[in-house]
Amino acid sequence: MALNFCNNNSLSAITSIPAAISGGALNLISTQTASSSSTISFTSGIDSTYKEYIFKYYNVHPSTGASLYMNLSADGGSNYNVTKTSSAFRAFHQEDDGGASITYLTGYDLAQGTGSQRISGAINASNADESCSGTLHLFDPSNTTFVKHFIAETNAYGESVYSHQLFIGGYGNTTSAINAVQFSLNTGNIDSGTFKLYGVS
Amino acid sequence: MALNKLKFNSINVTPAASEAIRFNSGANGLETASAGGSLTKISTSTASSSSTIDITSGIDSTYKEYIFIFNNIHPASDNVNFTVNFRDGSSAFDATKTTTFFQASNDESASNGSVNYESGRDLAQSTGAQMLHSGVGDDSDQCISGVLHLFDPSNTTFVKHFLYNGNNTHNSNASIQQFVAGYCNVTAAIDGVQFAMSSGNIDSGTITMYGVT
Repeated sequence: MALNFCNNNSLSAITSIPAAISGGALNLISTQTASSSSTISFTSGIDSTYKEYIFKYYNVHPSTGASLYMNLSADGGSNYNVTKTSSAFRAFHQEDDGGASITYLTGYDLAQGTGSQRISGAINASNADESCSGTLHLFDPSNTTFVKHFIAETNAYGESVYSHQLFIGGYGNTTSAINAVQFSLNTGNIDSGTFKLYGVS
Repeated sequence: MALNKLKFNSINVTPAASEAIRFNSGANGLETASAGGSLTKISTSTASSSSTIDITSGIDSTYKEYIFIFNNIHPASDNVNFTVNFRDGSSAFDATKTTTFFQASNDESASNGSVNYESGRDLAQSTGAQMLHSGVGDDSDQCISGVLHLFDPSNTTFVKHFLYNGNNTHNSNASIQQFVAGYCNVTAAIDGVQFAMSSGNIDSGTITMYGVT
């Protein structure tokens, strides 16, 4: 009986591994760390490999008082101007027990807008412990038949006095593939924060 | 006939405990790394007439995000609240929190769905436990299931955000989806999480904690 032995050379020829030992359902594609960054852009890794992409952002802190925004690109990041229609509502509560409410935010949604979509409440730069953290889901971005849905959920600590949970749902109203995503603030730089991109298999 | 066994030297990777072999990012070689992808199961806690479920290990700087998945949490008593609290350096679960709470509900017997902010269930700089679900029923088939995200608990610069979304079979035979979010208003690291009912024990259910790499 002939036996094949495993060594460096024979393993180097392997081009695939069985699905049963794949890396799991949530696969980290890339990580970016903000450091006085005007934008954080993901211009690679968003393609037909996965049906869903998840962006996670941790402790995003601005250089000046600002809110976190995102936009989509269909040309690899040359332009972030995909037409979007979205809804926005928030749950809000202050540390002095005031302001408790859930509210639809007409100023945060988009109706066929190409500008960036707001995904967080306001964060004050002068308070060192203020930040926002959350998750953005982008569904089937490479599909060329349907629009491109997205969902974001973010909690922000703002003005040293409130918890602001913001929910965004919407779609990029295009049948072109989305292949880049950009995060930015409405003013100033992203002083610090970690952004991660995952594919869901 | 003798068989030669595969040795780690022959595939030129450094062995590491609890790790597996995978292709590297360049897809041109092998390396040792986590075999579980980016969602790593850390522990599972199973309730059995438990007064609390305390998770006090595994929450550290290893991961930027921890996810707790609740499956079929069943109370020993009827009409009780399921709660969470956080430990921030001492042995007590008493981190100061400010939170929001809203819910969507609908009865089994009538179509009277609604969505409401619940001002009596949020917290404003409180060290007490945060309600995740209210009025949980103790019928044999009633329970709660949901997902809690805790962000960057070991960070010592920022507050600690958390998000929760779960569904509850209310004792009035209603489905209530409850949303909670907020922050532990401390810069100390959060190193423990405690789950409990407002009265009585957690009769059964599992809480599985994952780390996100």
